[in-house]
Amino acid sequence: MNLLENIRLAFGSLLSNKMRAILTMLGIIIGIGAVIGIMTMGQSLSGYMSSTMQDIGVNNVTISLQAKEDDDQRAGSGNGMDAMRQQMLARLMGGQDEYTEKDLISEAMLANIEQYFSDEIDYISVTDSVGSGSATDGRKYANLSMMGVGTDYANANNVEMKAGRFITERDLEAGKKVAVVSEKLVGKMFGGTDPLGEQIHVTTDGKPGTYTIVGVYWYRQDVMAIPSTASEKNLSTNVYIPLSTANKITGNQGSQSVTIITKAGYDSAAFAKEAEDYFNNVFYSRNQNYRVSAFSMESMLDMMTDMLNTLQVAIAAIAAIALLVGGIGVMNIMLVSITERTREIGTRKALGATNGVIRMQFIIEAMIICLIGGVIGIGFGILIGNIGASILGFPAEASLFAIMLATGFSLAIGLFFGYYPANKAAKMDPIDALRYE
Amino acid sequence: MTESAETQVKTIIDLRDITKSYFIGHPNEFQALTRVNIRIMQGEFVSVVGESGSGKSTLMNIIGALDRPTEGQYFLDSLDVGLESDYELSGVRNRKIGFVFQTFNLIPRTNALMNVELPMTYAKIPQRERQERAKYLLEMVGMGDRMKHQPNELSGGQKQRVAIARAMANDPAIILADEPTGALDSVTGHLVMDIFHKLHEKGKTIVLITHSQELAEETERIITLRDGEVTAERKGSGKKVGRT
Repeated sequence: MNLLENIRLAFGSLLSNKMRAILTMLGIIIGIGAVIGIMTMGQSLSGYMSSTMQDIGVNNVTISLQAKEDDDQRAGSGNGMDAMRQQMLARLMGGQDEYTEKDLISEAMLANIEQYFSDEIDYISVTDSVGSGSATDGRKYANLSMMGVGTDYANANNVEMKAGRFITERDLEAGKKVAVVSEKLVGKMFGGTDPLGEQIHVTTDGKPGTYTIVGVYWYRQDVMAIPSTASEKNLSTNVYIPLSTANKITGNQGSQSVTIITKAGYDSAAFAKEAEDYFNNVFYSRNQNYRVSAFSMESMLDMMTDMLNTLQVAIAAIAAIALLVGGIGVMNIMLVSITERTREIGTRKALGATNGVIRMQFIIEAMIICLIGGVIGIGFGILIGNIGASILGFPAEASLFAIMLATGFSLAIGLFFGYYPANKAAKMDPIDALRYE
Repeated sequence: MTESAETQVKTIIDLRDITKSYFIGHPNEFQALTRVNIRIMQGEFVSVVGESGSGKSTLMNIIGALDRPTEGQYFLDSLDVGLESDYELSGVRNRKIGFVFQTFNLIPRTNALMNVELPMTYAKIPQRERQERAKYLLEMVGMGDRMKHQPNELSGGQKQRVAIARAMANDPAIILADEPTGALDSVTGHLVMDIFHKLHEKGKTIVLITHSQELAEETERIITLRDGEVTAERKGSGKKVGRT
C-alpha cells in the first residue's frame, strides 16, 4: 500500500463526508489562519519600521542632555528608551528653563568631539527647537513646529526636497529669516501657486515672525508617531529655519540635543557608548545637575524589533491554543470515523492488511484533513494580515517562513492527533471488527 | 475418500485436536471447540454445517487465520499457523485465504475494480498487473460490465460476485465462504453457488460454512458440528441437486 494510494483513499473518505470534513478543518483553518495573520502583520510592521528607520539613518547617534538626579540608580549605559522618554518628558514640560547656558552642549564641545572622534564622525547635526505654533494668512492656517537646523540636517534625517533648496551656510552666517516648509503646509497655505519666494507669517509660542520660503520638502510621517491620530487638516509639520536665526529667538547658545552621524561601517551602538562616556568624563564630570546620554538608531531599531517579536510570540501562543483545539477536533472526528468504519477495518484486515497499513491509512487521512485545513488557513491568514496591515497603514509582507512553518505544523498536528485514533484502528481485533453492527 | 487418494492429493487444511476456550480461568470459561480434527484435501468442496452456537464461527475464524486455537495444531498449506505472529498472520490471510462473507463486506465508496485489487495491493503487486487480474476475475464472475460501479450501485447478488472475485485475487489456497447466500434470495443464491461450482471444477479448494442443509448437499463432503465437536461427517453429491 503506497503513499499515493493512501492519499487517494483519504480523499475518497473525506469527499464522502464533506460537511463533516469541512467542520473538522474549520478548527485548523482558524488556528493556522490566526497564526499566519498575526505573523504577517508583525512581519509587515517590523519591515516597515526598519525601512523607515533606515531612511532616518541607522548611523545616527543622538546625544541629549539629561538631569543627573534621574539616573542615580542607573549604570549609565545609554538606554535608548529612557533617553527618549526623558527627552519627550522634557519637551512636554517645556523644561527648557531648568538648565542654564553652561549646561548646554556648546559649539566648543562639538568642535572638540569632532576632532577627537574624527575617524568615526561623519558630521554633526545641531538643532534648536523654537516651538510649535501655526502659520496664518487670512482664514488659511497650518499647524507647524519650528526648528533651527544646520546645513547637514537634511542629510542626517533624509529630508527630501521637492522644490527650492535647504538651509545653506550663507543662511546660517547671516542669520537670515528663511524657511523650508513641507509640501503639506504649502498645499494648505498656497494651494496650487508656487510658494518659493513667498512670505509666511508664523506664530510660535506666542512670538510672531515672518519668513521667506526658500524650499519645500516632502512630508514623511514620523515613525514614532501613532499613525493618523491627527486629521489631515490639523496635521503639524516641521518648518526648518537656520540654526543661528533660531538661536536668536530662543536665546540658546548651545543645544539640548545633537545628532552625530557616524561614518558608514562603524558600529554606531558602540560609538554611542564611547561618545557618551567621553562627553560625561570631559565636559560634564563637574556639572552638578546634568550629564548627557547617547543612543543610536541602530540600538533603537534592535530594541523595537525585540519588543515586537516578543509581542508576536505572545499572540502566536494564544493562536496556538486555537490550533490545539482544532487538533482535538480532528482527533475526535477520527475516532468517530473509525468507529463508523469498524467493519471496513475488519474486512481490510481479513484481506491481509497489517496493523501498520491500517495505522498508516488513518494517520494519512488525519494529516490530509490538517494539510487542507492548513492551506486554507494560510490563505485566510494572509488575507487577514493584509487587511490588518492596510488598516494600520503599512505595506503587507507575507512571511514565507511562517507559511512553511504552518504547513509543517498542520501536518504535525495531523500526525500527533491522528496517531491515537489510527493506532486504535490498527489494534482492532479483526473478528470483533467484522461482526460490528 | 480412499487411502491411496490421500497420499496422492495434497492436504491443504489439517486441524489436529483443535480446542478453543474463552475466558480461561474465569468462572464463565467455556470451550467453543473441543478436540476438532478435520483434514481437507486440495480441490475439495467441503461444507461445515451446524446450528448457531455450534462453534462454526469459531472454526471459521481459526481456519481463516483470524484467530489462534487454545490447544492443538493447524496446518494451512503445510504452514503451522499457530506459530505465526500477528504480522505473519496478515500475510497468511492475504495470500492463502479468500474470504466470502454473508454481508459481502465490500469496501464502501470504492468501485468493484478497486475492491478486487485491494488484496493484491496489500500483497504489493504492481498496479498494471493487479488491474489486469482484477478485470479478468470480474469478467469471470460475470461483472465485467460493472467494474466502475460503487458497492451501493450494485444488487446483493452482484456484490457477492464482486466479493468472490476479490477472494480469488491472490489465487489463495482456499476459499472460505461464511453463509455466502444468507443475505440473498434463493434464485440469486443459486447463481452464487453456481460460481462456487465453477471454481471447484477449476480445482479450487472451497470451505462453505452454512446452516442450510440444502446448500450443504451440493458439496462433496458435509461436516456437522454440534456443541463444539464434530458429530457427523458424510459425503454430499458435489453437484447442483434438487433445483433446475
